[in-house]
Amino acid sequence: MKFFEKISNIDRRIIYLMLGLVVIIPIVFKMVLPVRISEPVQSAYDYIQNLPQGSNVIISIDYDASSEPEIQPMYLSLLRQCFAQKHKIILMGQWALGLPFGEIGLNTITSEVNSRSGSNADSLFYGRDFVNLGYRPGYRAMMVGLGREFRDFFATDYRGVPVDSLPLMANVHNYNDIALLIGLEAGQAGDEWIQFAGARYGLKIVIGATGVIAPDMFHYLQAKQIQGLVGGLQGAAEYETLVKSPGTGIAGMVAQSWAHLLLLGFILLGNLGYFATKRRRDK
Amino acid sequence: MLQITGTWIAAGLTLAIFSFLYKDNPFYKMAEHLYVGVSAAFAILYIWAFDVWPMLIEKFITEQGSEKWILIVPAAFGLMMLSRWIPKIAWISRWSIALTVGIAAGLGITGQIQGVLLPQIRGTLVPLTSFNNILMVIGVIATLIYFYFSAVPKGAFKVGARVGVIFIMVAFGASFGYTVMARISLLIGRLNFLVTDWLHLVK
Repeated sequence: MKFFEKISNIDRRIIYLMLGLVVIIPIVFKMVLPVRISEPVQSAYDYIQNLPQGSNVIISIDYDASSEPEIQPMYLSLLRQCFAQKHKIILMGQWALGLPFGEIGLNTITSEVNSRSGSNADSLFYGRDFVNLGYRPGYRAMMVGLGREFRDFFATDYRGVPVDSLPLMANVHNYNDIALLIGLEAGQAGDEWIQFAGARYGLKIVIGATGVIAPDMFHYLQAKQIQGLVGGLQGAAEYETLVKSPGTGIAGMVAQSWAHLLLLGFILLGNLGYFATKRRRDK
Repeated sequence: MLQITGTWIAAGLTLAIFSFLYKDNPFYKMAEHLYVGVSAAFAILYIWAFDVWPMLIEKFITEQGSEKWILIVPAAFGLMMLSRWIPKIAWISRWSIALTVGIAAGLGITGQIQGVLLPQIRGTLVPLTSFNNILMVIGVIATLIYFYFSAVPKGAFKVGARVGVIFIMVAFGASFGYTVMARISLLIGRLNFLVTDWLHLVK
């Protein structure tokens, strides 16, 4: 009976240590699992893939450092796909602390593309192929206001350059000029985009969300209010597989699976110990 | 050199935060306070650089015509919020708060009806030709029955409510499962940073 008492009272530090080990070992030994593509992620990919080349796509950075490991890999994959399809990227964000991650992502992928390109036409230029409008407060009011005129909120970009001097923005005035909004969400901003830009102005939306937020997005997907959903690190791994560019999403899948198995094991052990000791107490 | 220094600082702070898993300690406290302080300073700079300066001050200076005078209204409401620092006139800030709450409520109501309620009702009115559709419609009806509190649950009504509870529990379970996945993902992200960028154990 001592065994059952012990397993129902395992020191939390042992659990943390084991969790750390099952996460670190697959990363160090670069273990990889095959990734199965789910329907919501495939829908997101197909929708972006089927947009006419050169479409204007807004990416909204609505996350910060605390969600970066989950969302940044999907953001990089989405950028790779969009640039491969020659779509024009308009970056903005509802989370002030998240904008640097948007800028880092743009720098990473544009440098990657430009190092491979052989001509000016294949290269990516700021102002022509992508812009970063930065952060503006206002949230819902701003989302509604952008349906009227972008310049009411974004007279200048992230660097203080007037948007009228940027060729990409010359014909962008409101949501009518936008083919798709990709919301990368760690909070409520995704709901707001769907309610205020999607429902009111008919803007097409794809959501990339943390694991915490993703379950709340499925009903929008079912009601066809969004065109696709990339949820959590699993979704990021699926997207990396689709764009054929393995990154930290795929690298984290073995660690994720092992950690889940370990947690299941601990839940079973804890319950086994609880019921065994309870029966003894009841006697 | 700058990148190496940054990586070492980030690694040190990550380990300081992780040390809380063993027990509370001064390293954890230092990292926690540093995070709060840096975040607050960063947010203030952002609000100044992307909001107050370009949308209020610069706009007022550069814009021509009488339209610019409308900017005095949001500026006044903004200044009223600062009255909270002076207890005697703190009540003035309620006007700004009332304006914010009013706008949020107005937008919220229209957003919920136009963006959630109506599309979701439309999304539920599906042909019962597949198992998924049937399951979804049963789930919606059973959950609505569970949340109907104006009658004592008896007979078929009680069965409907019980089925509703099962659907709600499954939804909670799925949501919690996703949350666990999210938290493990954050751990993976940090440990990946430590072994890859800091220790260079993975090339």
